[in-house]
Amino acid sequence: MTRTNEVLAYIVLAAVGILGPVFFENYIQQIAVLWIMVLMASTWDITGGQMGYNSLGNITFFGAGMYISAVVQISMGYDVAEYTAAFGAIKVDFTDTQYFTGIALGIIAGGIGAFLIAILFGIAVFGLRGPYFAIGTLGIAVAAGQFVGTIQYLGGGSGISMPVYPGGVDQRNVFFYILCFIITVISHIFLKWLYSTQFILAINAIRDDEDKAEAMGIKTGIYKVVAWSIAAFFMGLIGAVFGNMIGFIEPIEVAFPTATFGIFMVAMALLGGKGTLWGPILGAIVFHIIKETTWTLLLGWQWVALGTLIIINIVFFQQGIVGWLQEVKPEWFGLTVDSTSKKSEA
Amino acid sequence: MNQIIEVQSVSKSFGGVQANQDISLSVKEGIITGLIGPNGSGKTTLFNSIVGQHPIDNGNILFQGKEISKLRVGEIARLGLLRTFQQTRIYNKMNCVDNMEISVSHRGRRFGSMFSSRKGEILDRAEELLDFVGLYSKRFLISGDLSFGQQKLLEFAMALMNDPKVLLLDEPTAGINPTLINGLIDRLKRANEEMGVTLFVIEHNMRVVMNLASHVFCLAHGKLLAGGPPSEIQNDQKVIDAYLGAH
Repeated sequence: MTRTNEVLAYIVLAAVGILGPVFFENYIQQIAVLWIMVLMASTWDITGGQMGYNSLGNITFFGAGMYISAVVQISMGYDVAEYTAAFGAIKVDFTDTQYFTGIALGIIAGGIGAFLIAILFGIAVFGLRGPYFAIGTLGIAVAAGQFVGTIQYLGGGSGISMPVYPGGVDQRNVFFYILCFIITVISHIFLKWLYSTQFILAINAIRDDEDKAEAMGIKTGIYKVVAWSIAAFFMGLIGAVFGNMIGFIEPIEVAFPTATFGIFMVAMALLGGKGTLWGPILGAIVFHIIKETTWTLLLGWQWVALGTLIIINIVFFQQGIVGWLQEVKPEWFGLTVDSTSKKSEA
Repeated sequence: MNQIIEVQSVSKSFGGVQANQDISLSVKEGIITGLIGPNGSGKTTLFNSIVGQHPIDNGNILFQGKEISKLRVGEIARLGLLRTFQQTRIYNKMNCVDNMEISVSHRGRRFGSMFSSRKGEILDRAEELLDFVGLYSKRFLISGDLSFGQQKLLEFAMALMNDPKVLLLDEPTAGINPTLINGLIDRLKRANEEMGVTLFVIEHNMRVVMNLASHVFCLAHGKLLAGGPPSEIQNDQKVIDAYLGAH
């Protein structure tokens, strides 16, 4: 992506991010979800696109962050077991300080917790390759949802009512919107930096030929686990925010939605063009717009429409939007023959 | 001169196939050693055994006097013993410069260095070596789009980028046109002389081996048949029989 294009993209995104909720107040939650999807697609792409490990289980970290945050927040004022056993019957009464300290600590703990879980699971699943890795990670996500559903301490299958935001509905919406936007921006800045270091070369090398990378002395195992843990960290952060934004969390639909968000993030990255910084962002935006439009205009057929989009993408358009641009306009991406010789340059 | 690699009675079998039987040979530091033999004689298996691609059944392999037969591929590579592949293997969706940059030696690298920035001397060295193999003008192209011969040159440059002590080359001239072969021989010699890399080369092209190597080993049916200076090997009756079939 050329410099001017990139600046233009940032201006447009910043405008949508800042002015969007001002002019389209009623859509503030939808725009917040858009940023969440951008984050999901971008972080999925670290392993899925850049490293060639198609994880179907990144949603695990979303749910993990959500539940870890819930426990941290509740324990600011209550005994967690007692709180969850009451199924929301306890008169929830946090002071403002308790609430905001709780949510701040909760989000951070959610990120770190997800990061550690990814290291643990990563060591186990990165021995697998190709479809086995995909199914292995999917198994983790499905199992995580079922497992959390059995833990009474975490409210079991009935879930947890999150502490209530101390303020009006409008203020609440703005608060969570800003959190979503800022975390997504931070994740983007982090990825942009990460993709400018040696790290990106190593994980790209793993994608192209892992055995060769190993034979060249790259410690592939560490790179793989670290790459996944970075994705997990941001998924944990945003999961913690999402749980509070929704206000009620339960294992299958909200925390570990394998069949919706778990698949959407993959579909978005593929649509935009995996293995690029901008592909997943573009994919998430296009996907979200199509999804919201079909949900409004084609109600009843929305899943069919979405499925069709995914099929068209996979069959005719595998390289995605950015990947296609790269094929048509390689010079935009610096893929040129430089006919000057090394000596004449010096 | 020191023996940098010592292979001591190494055996390796795959099911019923005895790919290597009781092979002992050594590679001297600083020179180019050749390894020849008919197809299926166990040359690549021996390479795989040396670099730790698979465990060996019997014997010892020493690199700079240190036992390496129990180490893994990555660990051996970080010691400075590297190989290239018969079926050229490069990172085919990355451009040439990136291919080179990621091939730097990972010897003694710390955890934090995986996040180090990409500017500076690594890039200079990468461009210098790309120039050395004649791919400088193609450096921003996706490496998978290069011709097969160019990919072989790139793989060779990547191996040099790793700054190895010993480089095992598996048929470096296979599939390369005769004109380019001369250039490649020249570059192999220069890598050996100017950069001080010990080379151990599997080669079918007799002209190349005789031209390149100062010591040659010949394998046949998984056994070491002969070893010595090229002129001696060329006239060894056992070697001629192995290649042409004894009558």
